[in-house]
Amino acid sequence: MNCQIHLVQLDPTLGNLEANLEMHLVEARSAAEKGADCVLFSELSLTGYFLKDQTAEVAMKLDDERLAELAELSKSTSIGAGFIERAKDGQIYNAYGFWEDGELISVHRKVHLVTYGMFEEHRDLGAGCDFTPIESKHGRFLVLTCEDAWHMQGPLLGFHAGVDAILVPSASPARGVTDQSGTLSSIQSWQRLLSSWALITQTWVCHINRVGFEDGIGFGGGSRAFDPFGQEVTALEGLDVGSLKVQLDSASLDRARVALPLRRDDRPWILARELAKREDAGGWEGRSE
Amino acid sequence: MSNLDLSGELSTDLLVRFLRAEAGKFGFKRALLGLSGGVDSAVSAALAVRAYGAENVLGVMMPYKTSNPSSEADARAVAEQLEIPTRKIDISEMADGYLDDQAVEDRMRRGNVMARCRMIALYDQSVEWGGLVLGTSNKTEILLGYSTQWGDSASALNPLGDLYKHQVFQLAQHLELPEVVINKAPSADLFEGQTDEEELGFSYEEVDRLLVKMIDERWTEEELVAAGFESSFIKLVANRIAANQYKRLPPIIAKLGPRSITHDFRYLRSWGH
Repeated sequence: MNCQIHLVQLDPTLGNLEANLEMHLVEARSAAEKGADCVLFSELSLTGYFLKDQTAEVAMKLDDERLAELAELSKSTSIGAGFIERAKDGQIYNAYGFWEDGELISVHRKVHLVTYGMFEEHRDLGAGCDFTPIESKHGRFLVLTCEDAWHMQGPLLGFHAGVDAILVPSASPARGVTDQSGTLSSIQSWQRLLSSWALITQTWVCHINRVGFEDGIGFGGGSRAFDPFGQEVTALEGLDVGSLKVQLDSASLDRARVALPLRRDDRPWILARELAKREDAGGWEGRSE
Repeated sequence: MSNLDLSGELSTDLLVRFLRAEAGKFGFKRALLGLSGGVDSAVSAALAVRAYGAENVLGVMMPYKTSNPSSEADARAVAEQLEIPTRKIDISEMADGYLDDQAVEDRMRRGNVMARCRMIALYDQSVEWGGLVLGTSNKTEILLGYSTQWGDSASALNPLGDLYKHQVFQLAQHLELPEVVINKAPSADLFEGQTDEEELGFSYEEVDRLLVKMIDERWTEEELVAAGFESSFIKLVANRIAANQYKRLPPIIAKLGPRSITHDFRYLRSWGH
């Protein structure tokens, strides 16, 4: 794998699919001209985040004509973008699509919906139930949409699947202004979390957040990338729209995995056995399906 | 350093972006606000200047005949430092037209009428000025209900609503606002000699220390007592917060249909913007 990825940090307009799609096309074309193999946008980048009753109104089926232009453009550069999916059975999901060579080759439905504090995703959305890697011509990628990265299952499954990169699109609010370093505490949390996942899973990790405001809630930006040693390689500081070029390579993956053969020495069957015992002993009381 | 202390630079950056973005969505590039001579309106004005440019922020001074003349002088000091245009609207006749006719003697009622007269003036001026009315209520006041509903609490955008009074003072220092505004005792200046802290019965410093634990960190009463807060003080503050919830929400709408405004007709103001 040797792949140039462009992380694009946008300020989508809430519920305005046409305007947001145009923004995506402009950015993707620009990235393609600059030699990007792949361009990635944030969670719900095509729709905006706090949709509430707009959720169903902006939901699209996977064959929606409005997505066709992204598919077409993916002949020049692979594209990852977030939208609301209306499934064939009518269920609605927080989806992240990945287009390549003119086709939508993967859709990740956000598994860990957030319904606490300011968030109410469970009210409007169904939850995904799997973490299937994207088999891209550029590498094997796992999408963890925002909160998916705060739970261990996703990164663990990515680790066992031997993915090259974990892609984390988010719409993460800017929170916490009391740190005297002048960095948002929400950004610091993301840095600690994703650096750890990169280090432990020995994969590249790309975080694509958004900026802008929706009714007073600001989004924290801070898109960045980590190498398979957990080191930050590049970052967009501040709260501006922008893009970031990241060069992913296999050599770094190989070096990390030789220096520290974590996957070789892991014992996943112990986890499987212990989880089975727990299930036999009474299951998972208090956890939602 | 406490868990209330904020980064002035980061907070300013976020709030300036907030003002610019939320007004910009609706095509506004100007704002106005009531300039009282107090620290809250001074901070709101300073943030607005950074967001929109000094020439696009109007400071409106709205004294009543019993207002302390030093308030106007302090407001002018803020306006001069920020180099913003000002307008003075004496609300005495407007308020007295009602207060005298109805023989209103009660201090609280009189104060509320004055606050609502100022709201009427500001919203009317906003049409001529072509800008949004900025709020100046901080989180401490909003939680304690220390404001007049539809009066000083009325605004289109409020950059201070998630900042405790302690943090407003901090931001005022970061923004290098006039010392006279930062150092004087906070007052609504609705009657002679009024100070916020005397009227509330406790200091802002004291209540902010409690509020950040009670509201933001969700400490229980037992934990707060163990941390040294008086039980009676905790109850007083908790009761005030609950009793004033009505001031923080839109009017109650009786639900009859399948989709009712405020209940299950859910759209942000940013809807399509």
